[in-house]
Amino acid sequence: MIYLDLLIGFLEVGLFSFGGAYAAIPLIREVVLAHGWMDEEIVAYMIAISESTPGPIMVNLATYVGSVKGGIPGALIATTAVVFPAFLIILLIMVLLKKALQNKYVKAALGGLKPCIIGIILSTGIWMIIRNCNISLNTKPDFLTNGLTCVLAAVYWGSRKIVKKGISPIMLICVSALVGVVAYGI
Amino acid sequence: MPILIDLFLTFAKTGLFTFGGGYAMISLIENDCVEKKKWITDEEMMDLTVIAESTPGPIAINCATYVGYKKGRFPGAIIATIGMVFPSFIIIFLISMFFDRFLEIIWVANAFRGIKIAVGILIVDAAVKMLIKMKKKPIPIIIVVCSAAAMILISIFSINISSMVLMLAAAFTGIIVFIIESCAKKGEEKG
Repeated sequence: MIYLDLLIGFLEVGLFSFGGAYAAIPLIREVVLAHGWMDEEIVAYMIAISESTPGPIMVNLATYVGSVKGGIPGALIATTAVVFPAFLIILLIMVLLKKALQNKYVKAALGGLKPCIIGIILSTGIWMIIRNCNISLNTKPDFLTNGLTCVLAAVYWGSRKIVKKGISPIMLICVSALVGVVAYGI
Repeated sequence: MPILIDLFLTFAKTGLFTFGGGYAMISLIENDCVEKKKWITDEEMMDLTVIAESTPGPIAINCATYVGYKKGRFPGAIIATIGMVFPSFIIIFLISMFFDRFLEIIWVANAFRGIKIAVGILIVDAAVKMLIKMKKKPIPIIIVVCSAAAMILISIFSINISSMVLMLAAAFTGIIVFIIESCAKKGEEKG
């Protein structure tokens, strides 16, 4: 039955996708292709949509597959399934494992994890900017994107340095969407 | 405003403006939950990021559940999580039903190119903020540099290594350093 398949398939995705969406995408591809829900081309298109629409990528993918395969009930089941493990694990950590977080070995492990995660996030951001600007040895850099990145970054960090409130992250997203429409449209 | 409604609206807003995965969202949650509403502290935000990153599932969901539970116990956790999922559910559902060639609409594609720039900036912003708040000791700094370098190398050569491997290695390093330090302390006390 399709609903049961969706439930089990996306529970699996939710439970084994450590490290955020980019780790989950291959997992979702595998589950979708293994069940024969869609062919490779549609999966690729769906991933592109999920990456560029708002919201957690995993949730977007689950809703997409669910609604295509099973309408509204399918979308609800797949979305709930992909979210449920994360929800339950965080609740368990907060209710039961609070004490464990005070354990000195757990603390030591977290002490090592924190800087590692900062490093991972930093490099992800830098890599994303590099790829956007198309900086590589073989191709010409994309001067327009380079310029826009510099201007937007300067405006964002500049405004936050000068006024305490400054431009909020949401405002930055709205402005850059608008800038994109105008600058790339011409 | 009752806390449950506030939780729902705040996370629905976050869900609506989360582009390109969970890392850019860290900046959004920081801005709302730490700076404006003071629901959680800086330190909790850091712990939350670490917990979200080392547990399975979408990082955004982990964050919503955490903050929701802290502010409104079990109902809060459920409401915040539903709030986070709600906008993407509606948007994706509509796209899957009505728009066959959504990404081929030219101004939509251009807007997304613009948003991608913002996402890169927001991710770097989140990392820099955490870096500023981190205790400046040699070992954490070495771990930051090594993991950032490793991730960049992994991306450049598209090596198939999960960031989980790096995280396990870092956690292991943390424990080893702790054991060595406490042995050294004991040695000093004896001597």
